[in-house]
Amino acid sequence: MNFFKLSPRDALLMVVFAAVVLLAPIWMKPFGAAYPDLLQKFAIFGLFAIGFNILFGLTGYLSFGHAAFLGIGSYTTVWTFKLLSMNPIPAVIFGTLVAGLFAVLIGFVSLRRTGIYFSILTLAFAQMCYNLAYSVLTPITNGETGLRVLRDDPMLLDKALGVVQEGSPIGSFFGINMRGYPAFYFCAVILIIGFFISLRIFRSPFGLKLRAIKSNQNRMRYTGFNTRPYLLWAFVISGMYAGMAGSMLAVTDPLAGAERMQWTASGEVVLMTILGGVGTLIGPMLGAVLIKYFENIFSAFNESALHDMFSFLPSWLETVMVTVVHPFVGEGWHLTLGSLFMVIVIFLPGGLVEGATRLFKRRKSDGVTNKNSGSEN
Amino acid sequence: MVGNIVLNIQNVDKTFGGLQALSNVNMQIEEGKIHAIIGPNGAGKSTLLNVCIGRLEPTSGTVRFDGEIITGKAPYEINQAGVVRVFQTPEIFPELTILENVMIPALAKRDGAFSFNPFKSMSDETDIFKEAELVLEDMGLIDQMYDHSGSMSRGDKRRLELAMGLVQRPRLLLLDEPTAGMSRADTNATIETLIRIKERGMTKVIIEHDMHVVFSLADKISVLAQGAIIAEGAPDEIRGNPKVQEAYLGGAH
Amino acid sequence: MDAIFLQTLNGLDKGGAYALIALGLTLVFGTLGVVNFAHGALFMLGAFCAVTFQKILTLSKKVKDESITFFDAYKEIPYLEIWFGDTGAAIIDWAVPLSILMAIPVMLLIGLIMERGLIQYFYKRTHAEQILVTFGLAIVIQEIIKSFFGANPIPTPAPDVIAGSANIGSWIGLSDSLVYPYWRMIYLLFALAVIGAVFAFLQFTTFGMVVRAGMADRETVALLGINVERRFTIVFGIAAIVAGLAGVMYTPILPPDYHIGMDFLVLSFVVVVVGGMGSLPGAVAAGFLLGILQSFASMNEVKSIFPGIDQIIIYLVAVVILLVRPRGLLGRKGVMED
Repeated sequence: MNFFKLSPRDALLMVVFAAVVLLAPIWMKPFGAAYPDLLQKFAIFGLFAIGFNILFGLTGYLSFGHAAFLGIGSYTTVWTFKLLSMNPIPAVIFGTLVAGLFAVLIGFVSLRRTGIYFSILTLAFAQMCYNLAYSVLTPITNGETGLRVLRDDPMLLDKALGVVQEGSPIGSFFGINMRGYPAFYFCAVILIIGFFISLRIFRSPFGLKLRAIKSNQNRMRYTGFNTRPYLLWAFVISGMYAGMAGSMLAVTDPLAGAERMQWTASGEVVLMTILGGVGTLIGPMLGAVLIKYFENIFSAFNESALHDMFSFLPSWLETVMVTVVHPFVGEGWHLTLGSLFMVIVIFLPGGLVEGATRLFKRRKSDGVTNKNSGSEN
Repeated sequence: MVGNIVLNIQNVDKTFGGLQALSNVNMQIEEGKIHAIIGPNGAGKSTLLNVCIGRLEPTSGTVRFDGEIITGKAPYEINQAGVVRVFQTPEIFPELTILENVMIPALAKRDGAFSFNPFKSMSDETDIFKEAELVLEDMGLIDQMYDHSGSMSRGDKRRLELAMGLVQRPRLLLLDEPTAGMSRADTNATIETLIRIKERGMTKVIIEHDMHVVFSLADKISVLAQGAIIAEGAPDEIRGNPKVQEAYLGGAH
Repeated sequence: MDAIFLQTLNGLDKGGAYALIALGLTLVFGTLGVVNFAHGALFMLGAFCAVTFQKILTLSKKVKDESITFFDAYKEIPYLEIWFGDTGAAIIDWAVPLSILMAIPVMLLIGLIMERGLIQYFYKRTHAEQILVTFGLAIVIQEIIKSFFGANPIPTPAPDVIAGSANIGSWIGLSDSLVYPYWRMIYLLFALAVIGAVFAFLQFTTFGMVVRAGMADRETVALLGINVERRFTIVFGIAAIVAGLAGVMYTPILPPDYHIGMDFLVLSFVVVVVGGMGSLPGAVAAGFLLGILQSFASMNEVKSIFPGIDQIIIYLVAVVILLVRPRGLLGRKGVMED
């Protein structure tokens, strides 16, 4: 089978991935995560992490400023809404392209350095974007209030085509309002396309060259490659993914704020990628879903919900359990997050995907012989 | 009598701080020949190679490849021009498989220094795959080509390193002690490989300590001592040259 | 002229804080090879040492307020005041400087526990993993502090005697309007003293000599049969003390809350990198440089020419310096470049 030039195994992976994403509203139910707002977040941040992984996973260049592209994507999208049309298609296209443009500029400068110096350069650019968005760029970003679409915005294209919306402006895909499940499926389709592109990059000579750069950049130079344009191209691609994710944030909720450009947001995508597994195809998506899941589920618990949860226990034990668990949920979910990172990094250095592979391999080798279990890395 | 000059090293000086590593080196490498550079430790052999591939810039003097000046060019440009170096300590891509290690230089040869398309499928690269397979076959690494290269033995890594150079079919191959640390059997196998390629007409410069290797391969030998060329000629001329013996024996102690 | 002088002074105390945090950060990096994102948390823990110490000193007893006679009113009087009278009150007034006495052993202990309990297992791991695990640790510490002390900043005033400002302008013959809070001056002197002490320690003791040799070439020193790692553990403790002290003394300038460490961490990282990873003088120089530049950029005259410059100056300078000097101001070749 020649499915978009994928090997049979990859084609299967693609089909499974698409099925899992599209059916998420069903199988997420038992986990209490089957509501559209959260599912949209899974798809959006999954896309963000998948794109980030193309840079970090393949080249090893750790950017600490990718949230800037997320923010730029959001702002561009809201402006496209305001000026042209509430249709998300042009909004996402512009959001992606403008983020890509910024990625060219920031990448061109930052990639002159490697290692932590590169990380700090990207961090510096992102923090500049963030600080400026809050201060002097207020006419463009609307500062702390955040940029939103207003009823009397020009929306030239919509006016020209006679598209009229009732109520407060919301993204509208040829008449389908971008909220709830339709918005999720819009994000899901883009996510699946994004995953496909990432898969193709991983399986391309381009991807191989990027991995070789990560492995031994100097050798690449003596092998006849001009590595800088390769790195820049990877940087721009992953910046465009971030821009696209930012666009979708604004499509599902037409509001763009500067806080999503802050360094903590950049840190979050790093964590998602590492948590799932750097350089693996599926890992970043997994990491994104887990972190967003924990953020939403754990932060929603309060004390009475906990009492309900442990009500089957004898009352003294219930009190003990609630006391133990309480600091980790609700406002304290950050504590869970922090502990989770530590546990993952300490016990599963390669992230969840590698952990799973290792577990799987050990099972297998235990079945055959017991000799080699120590020799895996 | 003198064939086409491929590499022309003219009046090359290189100083590190106050240390003169190369002084006024002149050397002409003829097309299709194997040219050996020998000399005691610290004579400047590796420095000379580094100047040729763009890792170091000479303090003065020029290196011309096919008549064109390559000093001051970026390493990737020199490689693309057709000068390829095989490193002494294996410089491989340890996270990649052996096959991928060889496909990378083959891709460099075909795609040039940069190719834009990120979506081409690896499974379409049958030509590259075949080229890599052929070289791996030559080097006896074909059986393990899907293994990770990082876990190879040191000798295998050196053969892989050679394969990575050969797959680019360069005009000029610079070999830095290709057999150092190899067993006698491996050394002989490497000599055989190099002779076979010689028949295909690839020009080679070899730095070598092992006189057995040098005398069984080289068409011409240059002797470097303290950064300067003290003798040059056919193997037989070098063998009897008293200056060379002095440099080796007197220089060592 | 006055304004420039004042801004320089204003920049110096902030620069002092940057320099102190960056000093420990780069010391740990240079010795242990660990990128410690929990270093900001150590600064924060130091600040909360001061808070805790103040709380302990002001442990109070409810006493009937005799001055109010028409109903039973109670007021809280700290035990110290009850036991020692005015001396007790003075001790409470001096809580922040005195808490240094508590902070040193506490921070040393925290540092040692952190290093032995966690950091030592990450010497050989990738920088990304080090960042992740220490970042996780920082979050955990923050949250624990938050659950004990709440989310709001806690005021910890300087002693009354030095609460005011020095009329520094008249001292040196400039305008009388040039005033500078005493505490900031003290902070600056304190920062310089601590920096001096750290350098002296590394320069003049055998221990320091080994540490410096280990920073330059760890393997060779290990070959000499010296247990470098044990010393590096102590270095981590010292870095924790330095960060902690920086935090203790900063509390009167900025009331601490649980995320004060993170706020300082990012800037301190920029400072370390601008100074050059692993370079102690670089970290100190970059700390003061960026502190002063930041305070210049917030002058109205500057802002009217370059709007928004105060928001980005540190990052802008970082970008320029890194492009001009690849390894920062005083960085060594090959450190952290792959």
